Amino acid sequence: MNWLDICALEEINVLGSRIVDGPKGDIAIFRTSNDEVFALDDRCPHKGGPLSQGLIYGKRVACPLHNWQIDLESGEALAPDVGCSHKYPVKVEGGRVLLALKTLSDCA
Amino acid sequence: MKKLKLVMVGNGMAGVRTLEELLKLAPDLYDITVFGAEPHPNYNRILLSPVLAGEQTFEEIVLNDLAWYQDNGIDLRLGRKVVDVDRRKRVVIADDGSSAEYDRLLIATGSNPFILPVPGNKLDGVIGYRDIADTEMMMATAKTHSHAVVIGGGLLGLEAANGLKMRGMDVTVVHLTDWLLERQLDKTAGKLLQSALEARGIKFRLNTVTDELMDNGEGRVCAVQFKDGDVIPADLVVMAAGIRPNTELAEKAGIPCNRGILVNDTMQTYDPRVYSIGECANHRGIAYGLVAPLFEQAKVCANHLAQLGFARYQGSVTSTKLKVTGIDLFSAGDFMGSEGTETITLSDPIGGVYKKLVIKNDILVGGCLYGDTADGGWYFRQIKENANISEIRDHLMFGESALGDVGHQGQSSAANMPDSMEVCGCNGVCKGTIVKAIQENGLFSVDDVKKHTKAASSCGSCAGLVEQILISTVGGAADVKPKSEKAVCGCTELNHGQVRKLIREKHLTSLKQTMGELGWTSPDGCATCRPALNYYLISTWPGEAKDDPQSRLINERAHANIQKDGTYSVVPRMWGGVTNPSELRRIADVADKYNVPMVKVTGGQRIDLLGIKKEDLPGVWKDLDMASGHAYGKSIRTVKTCVGSEFCRFGTQNSTQLGIDLEHDLFNMWSPHKVKLAVSGCPRNCAEAGIKDVGIIGVDSGFEMYIGGNGGIKTEVAEFFVKVKTAEEVREYNAAFLQLYREEAFYLERTVHYMQRVGMEHIKKAVLEDEANRKALAARLQYALSFEQDPWKERIETPVLKKEFDRIPVVAVEEAAV
Repeated sequence: MNWLDICALEEINVLGSRIVDGPKGDIAIFRTSNDEVFALDDRCPHKGGPLSQGLIYGKRVACPLHNWQIDLESGEALAPDVGCSHKYPVKVEGGRVLLALKTLSDCA
Repeated sequence: MKKLKLVMVGNGMAGVRTLEELLKLAPDLYDITVFGAEPHPNYNRILLSPVLAGEQTFEEIVLNDLAWYQDNGIDLRLGRKVVDVDRRKRVVIADDGSSAEYDRLLIATGSNPFILPVPGNKLDGVIGYRDIADTEMMMATAKTHSHAVVIGGGLLGLEAANGLKMRGMDVTVVHLTDWLLERQLDKTAGKLLQSALEARGIKFRLNTVTDELMDNGEGRVCAVQFKDGDVIPADLVVMAAGIRPNTELAEKAGIPCNRGILVNDTMQTYDPRVYSIGECANHRGIAYGLVAPLFEQAKVCANHLAQLGFARYQGSVTSTKLKVTGIDLFSAGDFMGSEGTETITLSDPIGGVYKKLVIKNDILVGGCLYGDTADGGWYFRQIKENANISEIRDHLMFGESALGDVGHQGQSSAANMPDSMEVCGCNGVCKGTIVKAIQENGLFSVDDVKKHTKAASSCGSCAGLVEQILISTVGGAADVKPKSEKAVCGCTELNHGQVRKLIREKHLTSLKQTMGELGWTSPDGCATCRPALNYYLISTWPGEAKDDPQSRLINERAHANIQKDGTYSVVPRMWGGVTNPSELRRIADVADKYNVPMVKVTGGQRIDLLGIKKEDLPGVWKDLDMASGHAYGKSIRTVKTCVGSEFCRFGTQNSTQLGIDLEHDLFNMWSPHKVKLAVSGCPRNCAEAGIKDVGIIGVDSGFEMYIGGNGGIKTEVAEFFVKVKTAEEVREYNAAFLQLYREEAFYLERTVHYMQRVGMEHIKKAVLEDEANRKALAARLQYALSFEQDPWKERIETPVLKKEFDRIPVVAVEEAAV
């Protein structure tokens, strides 16, 4: 896995997110209240809303356009909605956020 | 910590609902064991009649499948009847000898059908109508036999009769009194119902007492004999003459019972470790047999089992609906009328419509509707909310639609809508989809419908209509409450009023502290409660509570309006709708520099720049060098003005200047919902002050102030508030009213809805009659605003706040892409 150094963890607000210019469009990096980080394509499976702009709670983000709830761990929409945003491997090491630009898909 | 043990006896709707509520509140508090005498998981007992009539299958009415019990770690023991409770050892014993210890015991044994004490009542073919086994037995009998007699012309009896008729049997209903459904309908409506059922081929014998059930010689019933000597053939006798609370177990355990297990307002029995809810419980002398009150009890009981200890059950107003397809009747409250009540009736026996409303002291206390029940839900709400109807009395009988424009709140006529009609315009959900979801999933609340269908989950303007559909589908079982009583969201049991009060009383100043102290069930809350809490904190403790940008929705975080493609719109403030060449030049330059795809004039007398990328926002703001217009916030939006006495030949007051002053007074004000003002310089009212939160109309002798107008989803005309002489007074009264609104309204409650909730009198008392209070309110607003600054300026000047708008570039992308 080719890990890219993105930024310091502090650069992302708690319960906030940042946008990374990915090769295939924007990637949203989220930070939860427990300092876990997750990375998803910055596109809601519904109408392409920028998930990075949503409100984050637990391990979920609510899309800013129509309030779809997306699970940060899997990228999948919560019932009754169906759909999935691609996720990327991301981790925190030594206070730095590292991202691998390899799309993972759990999408059915 | 070691878990407590909760044992529940009875696996019906009320009990399992209590567990669901409990699991929401305290998922890890108890190890739960459930004993169910029936071999089935919890199913929707009120839908047995559609199953009998062949309209639904048993699988469709299961509410909690076995996986649900498993997922929640519940030890489910089906087909086992609890026969004894040893309260000293705190253990229950089942009929197979197995046992379970408890710290808390919940008795939810429901009720038994009342079996008439007549000879022959134990013969084969004689049953009550209570559960799946009875239903299956009736369905089987209908295939092999032809004559059915139903004893009891109540809701259950008529539903059974209808189902058996649909399955091809010859059915006679025997009833003790003068008319059918005497506990739900008055005589006129009862007779109408009888003719409608007779037209379907069901026969009736009213005022008839059953004397004996006769044996065919092989132990099976073959006929029914009445007191008057008549005998009619019967291969099946269904006893539907009422239910009796099933208190056998409780009585054996020595728990005081009197037509039900006696419980207090917390659903506790005389033994503090033992709770009881549902049809077996007697609360203040009433054992409820309908599902809606039982769900209210379940909520209260769960609250106490979860050791929260603040909920109280204080009895319910009930409404009923007969689940016989094609027959519409609805009754609620005191439909017969009693001393001191007045009655309004509408009767059209030929058209098959009958309506009766019972009023006491200008409050609707009951009603029964037959033939046209479209307004049943609306009447029911009036009854539950104790609404004063004196002003609408003339039109009351004709339903809500007769009150004029009903907008999209949907109280119109949900029942008459075709299935294909769109209900939720945001998510494209039709009525049929909602009805199907309600029936298939056993939904009882608007929140459930939102979760399953998305209807009403976006702008929420169709929530009223969804509620109507819910009521017309499940009748009195619908869990409908005014917003003031509803929990803020799924993270808490508390409603908005309670949260506001507690934040003030406990001096809570941060989100974390609030969620901790008030027992939030999820660590970060959710997208519904966090923005509300954030508002309550900063409005209650200005200067003390810190605004949390992460708890604001995107528009208020980015200080711009997000558009469908993820770009933003920027609306700079134009005080009172007045601009100048230099501002217009800057706007034009910004539009050129940032390739703004659209420049549009808004309804609030200013200019909107659409299609701006988020990372460009700080640059746009800097180049504009204008104040934030807050077009994106639950905040002061605009003050619309006309040109007024400075230019207009009709103008009586300088409305433009007053508008500018008011806008400066309120600049940066956050509020429960958006706030719009308008000032007109004469009664021609060109600034449309009649549909604003605060509207001011200049007249020769001063200013008239109107409050609570709204031009949005549902047009609401503002109500006259006060007339004052000077512009200074307008500014003071305006500040005081809006501060009152800021302090008392619930999040997302517009001024009109706030006004409807607390009443104009309350507002007048606080602002008009009490001068000291008015001045104090205005001063508090000023104090709160002293901590605010222009958010655009703040973000241009503060690097750490600008971070929100910066993107992170990735270098060496090619090698990295796998």
